[in-house]
Amino acid sequence: MTDSATILKGRTGDWEIVLGLEVHAQVASKSKLFSGAAVGFGAGPNEQVSLVDAAMPGMLPVLNRFCVEQAVRTGLGLKAQINLKSTFDRKNYFYPDLPQGYQISQFKSPIVGEGLVNVDRDDGTSFSVRIERLHLEQDAGKSIHDLSPNETYVDLNRSGTALMEIVSMPDMRSPEDAAAYVKKLRAILITLGTCDGDMEKGNLRADVNVSVCRVGQYAKFRADGDFKHLGTRCEIKNVNSYRFIQQAINHEARRQIEILEDGGKIDQETRLYDPTKNETRSMRSKEEAHDYRYFPDPDLLPLVLDAAWVKEIEAGLPELPDAKKARLMSAYGLSAYDATVLTSDGDVAAYFEGAAKGRDAKLTANWVLNDLLGRLGKDGLEIKASPIPAADIAALVALIEDGTISGKIARTVFEHMWAGEGAPSAIVEKHGLVQITDTGAIEAAVDALIAANPDKAAAVKDKPQAIGWFVGQVMKETGGKANPAAVNEILKAKLGL
Amino acid sequence: MAIDAATVRKVARLARIAEPEERLEPLARELNGIIAWIEQLQEVDTDGVEPMTSAVAATLPLREDVVTDGGDSARVLANAPKTVDGFFVVPKVVE
Repeated sequence: MTDSATILKGRTGDWEIVLGLEVHAQVASKSKLFSGAAVGFGAGPNEQVSLVDAAMPGMLPVLNRFCVEQAVRTGLGLKAQINLKSTFDRKNYFYPDLPQGYQISQFKSPIVGEGLVNVDRDDGTSFSVRIERLHLEQDAGKSIHDLSPNETYVDLNRSGTALMEIVSMPDMRSPEDAAAYVKKLRAILITLGTCDGDMEKGNLRADVNVSVCRVGQYAKFRADGDFKHLGTRCEIKNVNSYRFIQQAINHEARRQIEILEDGGKIDQETRLYDPTKNETRSMRSKEEAHDYRYFPDPDLLPLVLDAAWVKEIEAGLPELPDAKKARLMSAYGLSAYDATVLTSDGDVAAYFEGAAKGRDAKLTANWVLNDLLGRLGKDGLEIKASPIPAADIAALVALIEDGTISGKIARTVFEHMWAGEGAPSAIVEKHGLVQITDTGAIEAAVDALIAANPDKAAAVKDKPQAIGWFVGQVMKETGGKANPAAVNEILKAKLGL
Repeated sequence: MAIDAATVRKVARLARIAEPEERLEPLARELNGIIAWIEQLQEVDTDGVEPMTSAVAATLPLREDVVTDGGDSARVLANAPKTVDGFFVVPKVVE
């Protein structure tokens, strides 16, 4: 574990950032946590609402078994303790999109206890984040403020949707680490299939707890676990992209340092991040509501899990990103970096493994990571929607390996593959892209070139790096199809280098 | 623990219950009476005793993840004082 705390310079000395995250992950269920109404995106207003979700009098919640199973799966994926007995509590507050007047959550006894997540940084180092708890809770409905100047419109479709709130310990020390943690968490959730991880649709949302302290204070906190060593934290809501997470943290840390250096004190409060202005502002309306008066929900008995069922769920877990990364490194000889990128998305890893069978793994990884992912990213496509199947990437790599085409020609072939022209061998044949390895043809081209440029041929003897010009000309003559290694060799011989 | 008029005012506000100023003192007295009674109950030694969560010996029923409800916004909106295009409409909530 490497500690790479961001140090912020202030007028009165250096400060460190301390970050903890609360991630809300929507359970990938068909129906809601406590009702049989559908969960989905894009339905008409209030079309996915049962009378339970609308909190009509006399309605009673009935817990969704699948949601419980997903919480357990996720807990196991986070190497966390599964609590065989957990309870549901009411978190009381008033807001128009919360018809019950309370959110059913798990306050006192959550379904999942302490766990641990290993996170890889882009530079190859890693760190771990302790998970404090994971609990099940209901989502609220949606308030729309801009449809009428004097009114708020309320859509309860999201009301009652199952969320897993995953609470971390304050173990992140830089905005980059916070974003990397969310990325890793997302990869685990997607691998487990417990949440689709779609941040744009709000199916994965992060609240960031930000505080600052003097250099050295955090080490004291880690030594004795006493929060008094740390600064007062503010919770930043509405940060739903990796970029916004980092921007919001940077802004909020600066704001807090300025207050402290002016001799002020930080109020513990909830703040809202506004990406258009890049600032956080206090959510005053929620100030008083912080007194949630939790109490056990009398409508719901304690949730008791059968230990055998938990074992069964554990036995059915897929290969998780950490294990997959280790396997890709040992089985394919990939670097830690390549293996990390490939396993950040289970579909990408599966695609790679589909293409790499029997091929040069490093070369295949380069084609998948650089060319294919780059191209997909440009067109905003997921790997599942790739117009090029894994078998075709394998065939392309095979053509490079056996010398039929060069890496350079392969890029041209790739463009044709992307355009939907089919298998690479057919493309090579159709467009006449076979690499010229026939030394006779290359020699002829070289001879003609030297004969036409005697001055350059003479000059190259004093300036050997000028051979590049000759290589370029031969490649041009042969339409880029000449084998670069053969061209170099023949040129060197003929030019007397 | 003693409850004063200020606490009653706060709790009433959090629960959105309008209590006139002159009712706060009497309510505080009543609530203190209830709390004194609870304190008496707390004299019983309950170490190692599981909290009783229900008077019936039942386990929490679970349902399968099947869509069985919804798709009837008219029914959901039937009692709303105002609706527009399938939305509930409420006085402006300022964020």
